[in-house]
Amino acid sequence: MTSTIPRAKQWQQRAQSGDRVALARLLTLAERGGDEFAEVHPSIHAGNGRAHRIGFTGPPGAGKSTLVEAYALELRKRAQRVAVICVDPTSPFTGGALLGDRVRMNRLTLDPGCFVRSMASRGWFGGLARTSEDVADVFDAVGYDRVLIETVGVGQSEIDVARAADTTVVVLVPGTGDAVQAMKAGLMEVADLFVVNKADRPGVERVVAELEEVLQLRADGAHKPAIVQTVAMNGEGIDELSRCIDEHREHCAASGQLATRRAARAAEKVRRLLEQALRDRLFAGKGMERRIEEALQSSEPRSPYAVVRELLQELGLVSKETRKP
Amino acid sequence: MDPLDPQDKIRVLVAKPGLDGHDRGAKVVAAGLRDAGMEVIYTGLHQTAEMIVEAAIQEDADVVGLSILSGAHMTLLPKVKRLLDEKGAGHILITGGGIIPDDDLVELEKLGIGHLFGPGTALERIAAYIRDEVGKRRAARVE
Repeated sequence: MTSTIPRAKQWQQRAQSGDRVALARLLTLAERGGDEFAEVHPSIHAGNGRAHRIGFTGPPGAGKSTLVEAYALELRKRAQRVAVICVDPTSPFTGGALLGDRVRMNRLTLDPGCFVRSMASRGWFGGLARTSEDVADVFDAVGYDRVLIETVGVGQSEIDVARAADTTVVVLVPGTGDAVQAMKAGLMEVADLFVVNKADRPGVERVVAELEEVLQLRADGAHKPAIVQTVAMNGEGIDELSRCIDEHREHCAASGQLATRRAARAAEKVRRLLEQALRDRLFAGKGMERRIEEALQSSEPRSPYAVVRELLQELGLVSKETRKP
Repeated sequence: MDPLDPQDKIRVLVAKPGLDGHDRGAKVVAAGLRDAGMEVIYTGLHQTAEMIVEAAIQEDADVVGLSILSGAHMTLLPKVKRLLDEKGAGHILITGGGIIPDDDLVELEKLGIGHLFGPGTALERIAAYIRDEVGKRRAARVE
């Protein structure tokens, strides 16, 4: 088949009619980013907005993968098509990654209504990969009803998922009460819903109590996050989780929050892409690197601030006159 | 485009098919390939041929690496190959390791299975083989 239609466009068409090999290829393109994906993104974007994107985050070992599998199986009972994106860290030393989330999602593998894709963080530190959102866009465009996004096991400040998802679920386990205290900023503020998983273990009441205490201190009149107890291993509490996620979605749609969030997400995306594009242009070739070295080579040590000012002037981005304070 | 551009990471699906529960070898190889800069998707124990093939497709893997110690290689490996071909993913390299008699190796290679490594193989050799083979396959791929 030789045609002038770009391969990305062909993959999209084939993916839309159910070709999983083509979908996987398109996801790789989205993951890589760059011009080829940028070219096809407008038509992907045109098909976006229908899927409910749900983020799952929380500390390592909280049982996120098992929970995601259990929730996906629950959605399948209602004939929803489910895509899963799971992110694991890339080694900053070798660039390699060991992606192990599928081990806990084996029950989804052969279900034609499910598609699980692992992503390595590839040097991005917000708990997702730089292009996880683009991968979600592709799933949304080809007709998945729900896109579940599982972060790398995160600490306190990796909150990219809240920008990528319509509903953010923070997963905790008994014995992480102190973590709740530590999380008052960051993770706690982005949670739309809390899950206390492994709720058959001692210490559940304490985590729930600490969560409630912290949540009472939230000043905003926003939707108060529900706290759901689950034992993902045997499916306990998953129906309740499912109900709460749907409730959150309905609340957001009715209150206009969904539209607000999505608008903010789009603006943030433009900012990021712009930043990336400017950075790429600035450092294309070796010119800028050489110029930086040059500027720093002088008999006197030079302040990096002074060097930056000089470089910005050369680029015509600031005027040469020195402003008075 | 450089077929081995660092942006285009080599993705390897490592699986442990069948009923035998000895996954140490698979885990060592998975960690070794990660250290060689590859993205390794580990699927765990007790995988059927169907599951391996479906996971490899979803992950857009370049390579499927199988650890087979059960003696079932003459049925399992050809089955994985056949299913990949049927589903339009015949470009994926099948390799692996285990105790495989020489005669079987020859037989499997005829069926289009890649090289299979015996005990004691250096990880560097496996990584080099994968890099080389994936480079060739990517360059030859028409889409």
